[in-house]
Amino acid sequence: MEVTRKQLADGVYLTCLPARKFKTSLLSAQFVTPLRKETAAGSALLPAVLRRGTVTYPDMGSLAARLDRLYGARIDYTVRKKGENQCVGFVASFIDDSFTPGGEKLLEPVADLLGELICDPATRHGRFVPAYFDSEKTNLIDAIRSLINDKRDYADSRLLREMCAGEPYGVPRLGDEAEAERLQPKKLYALYKELISTARLELFYSGSADRKRVEQALLSAFSALPRDVVRDIAISRDHAARQEVLRIEEAMDVTQGKLGMGFSCGSDDTAALLMGNTLFGGSSNSKLFLNVREKLSLCYYASSLYHRQKGLITVSSGIEFDKFQQAYDEILAQLEAVRKGELEDWELEGAKSTLLNAYASMGDSQGKLENFYLGQAATGQSETPEMLAQQVREVTPERIFEAMGTVTLDTVYFLKGKEAAE
Amino acid sequence: MKQSFYKRIGESVYSQRLPNGLEVRVVPKPGYAKKYAFFATRYGGMDTRFCLNGKWLDTPAGIAHYLEHKMFDTKEGNALQELAKNGAEPNAFTSNAMTGYYFDSTDHFEENLEILLSFVSIPYFTEESVAKEQGIIGQEIRMIEDNPDWQIYTRMLESLYSSSPARASIAGTVESISHITAETLYDCHKAFYTPSNMILTVVGDADPVRVVDLARRILPREGGPIIPRDYGDEPETIAQAETSRTMEVSCPQFLAGFKCRPAEDGEDYMRLAVIGDIACDILLGDSSPLYLRLYDQGLINTSFGGSFEMMPGIAYLYAGGDSKDARTVAAEIQKEADRLVREGIDEAFYQQVTRAAFGSNLRGINSFENIAVSLTEGYFHGYDPFRFPEVFDSITKEDVTAFLRDNIRGERMVLSEIVPPQA
Repeated sequence: MEVTRKQLADGVYLTCLPARKFKTSLLSAQFVTPLRKETAAGSALLPAVLRRGTVTYPDMGSLAARLDRLYGARIDYTVRKKGENQCVGFVASFIDDSFTPGGEKLLEPVADLLGELICDPATRHGRFVPAYFDSEKTNLIDAIRSLINDKRDYADSRLLREMCAGEPYGVPRLGDEAEAERLQPKKLYALYKELISTARLELFYSGSADRKRVEQALLSAFSALPRDVVRDIAISRDHAARQEVLRIEEAMDVTQGKLGMGFSCGSDDTAALLMGNTLFGGSSNSKLFLNVREKLSLCYYASSLYHRQKGLITVSSGIEFDKFQQAYDEILAQLEAVRKGELEDWELEGAKSTLLNAYASMGDSQGKLENFYLGQAATGQSETPEMLAQQVREVTPERIFEAMGTVTLDTVYFLKGKEAAE
Repeated sequence: MKQSFYKRIGESVYSQRLPNGLEVRVVPKPGYAKKYAFFATRYGGMDTRFCLNGKWLDTPAGIAHYLEHKMFDTKEGNALQELAKNGAEPNAFTSNAMTGYYFDSTDHFEENLEILLSFVSIPYFTEESVAKEQGIIGQEIRMIEDNPDWQIYTRMLESLYSSSPARASIAGTVESISHITAETLYDCHKAFYTPSNMILTVVGDADPVRVVDLARRILPREGGPIIPRDYGDEPETIAQAETSRTMEVSCPQFLAGFKCRPAEDGEDYMRLAVIGDIACDILLGDSSPLYLRLYDQGLINTSFGGSFEMMPGIAYLYAGGDSKDARTVAAEIQKEADRLVREGIDEAFYQQVTRAAFGSNLRGINSFENIAVSLTEGYFHGYDPFRFPEVFDSITKEDVTAFLRDNIRGERMVLSEIVPPQA
């Protein structure tokens, strides 16, 4: 069963991921819009406000009751960052028709509900319902602030913000607090009108229904979608190299320190960097995990992440305050080891298997598939997981050393305790 | 080998008990690339006091979790590494009542399964390696102590219970784990990691006969005796009504917990789990009148949610999230339960909620981990989780009302709060 991507209307694309093995079907509608500091908070607020009610189901109670009756169908709003684009919309999940006790068909009613949430929201006097706007704005501000509750996420996000300050990639997924505070009902409604008429809409379906039926259901559900001149998606720009490493320290009342390190990659050999990052800190078999965590007990966690769509590698670790220098030195030493090719055969083999396993099993999860294909669509790429797997298979050790040789330390972020600061 | 079919959910399960007492289950999943193995022992954070060879032993809080960490050490090095070479990402968790080791892989499945069964059944610790682990677990404990969600939950359990070992954190404390030695770890392994106390579940396109043969070949021939455990003599009353702590959080968070009557093992255990879940949805789920009212009043936001939990000898329902007025929300939950008991549950609403609960149970079967964990829990507590459609059919509105009447009561409630520092 083949994956297909088809244009349904002007700037509207449907990616069909046919599968019979799941108990559920997935339907997703995502607007792709360039990530910008000025609009990020507004775009993030939109699906939350839309999720509050439609013309037919004007409040949360009637919407929730409708979803309950569709056998506990779920429609969650999502705000994601893909490269330098922000993707906002809804992901619906509902039980496959073959398991509804009465043989009811759920694809069409769920698609309709999705279309209605986007095209036909509950409004008052040509704007969103004021109570919905107010409470979701408060929720958004709370969500932005609550990042601080999880110090690991907080540290990861701070690192990226500092490293990519001034670039779209440094803009947090939900926008920043000051922008969220400034949001007004009138402006948000204008933003909504603009988004639904000019942003590219990416639709995804995974389940047992045939493509024709899915197309029909979606065409009918989105027949009221206004389409104007559709804007291009943003293509990520390379991170500008820094002359001197940027070092940021912050003190908070915490018992565990967080050390984050950001690196820029000067190579565009994606497959080699995927491998290099997996060897460095991308798996439980990596240099960071085995040496910094297991062998030297320098930290509870230490891992690295390759930002494929921006060409960065970030390291995230939790350490004791007084281990900062040791951990820092050791992380750099491990990177150096990967660069110099100080690798055993099993490490290379293991990294390759880890990546191949991840690509092979992607088709086992509807959520992962949708997220992967959205990332591809939103950054103008078209490789399938199988194609990426093939590229990984072809990578030679020499290419890894060469690509990792271009990885340069850019930014260091350290979150320490208040007492340690004194 | 026994094969059971579950027509209503489109699943089947092969099962066999080996002579050494190990239960083996295979859930075929044609069309999936990955295969998942879950090897679990009925031994968790709550099993600190038990009887070995006629003698009652008290072991340090956190020992089951500590043992889990150390099991990955092998004479040759580390099992993580061996599995990772094959692209399998092994992992493990310790809950209150079980420790589970698992991996999924698309290639070399049988080879990986062999490694899993070996490293979990053959302990290899030295005083040195045990001492070293204290640094790693000490960091893990400090990290969770910084987590407000963990703090609020643990403090709620401490308030609900006065003698149950559920009071103690699964990971223990930096102090409690300092008493752990290689010898105590060997003792605990011997007592609880015996095939008769364990179950192996494989989910995926694997050959059941080969899985059973492999388990027979790798694991010890004989199983050990049953180990009696002591979960304390927990009274019906709560330990304390309120607890509050200041942490660096953006806004106040709370959990309201209700001490519920536990069920005996067997089908009743599963019935209570389902009744508790439905009661939770009816009382305070996303589509409940209470949720909608509190949300409209700005007293709760989307972080609000609740759940019903069961552990050996205890059960509790809890709910919470961010709120500027936790006390009012807690009181409203109480009032709503009283109203439902007094007026009865609306029939249409009950039908709607059970329909949604059915869908959400079915959705859970997409997850291999979820299948394996629920089959394991079912095995340990004597019920069959794949019979959930039949159990749903057998539950009535009156069962749910009775649950609310017996359990959601003021004198059974505790309130746990985390508040930001005063500006």
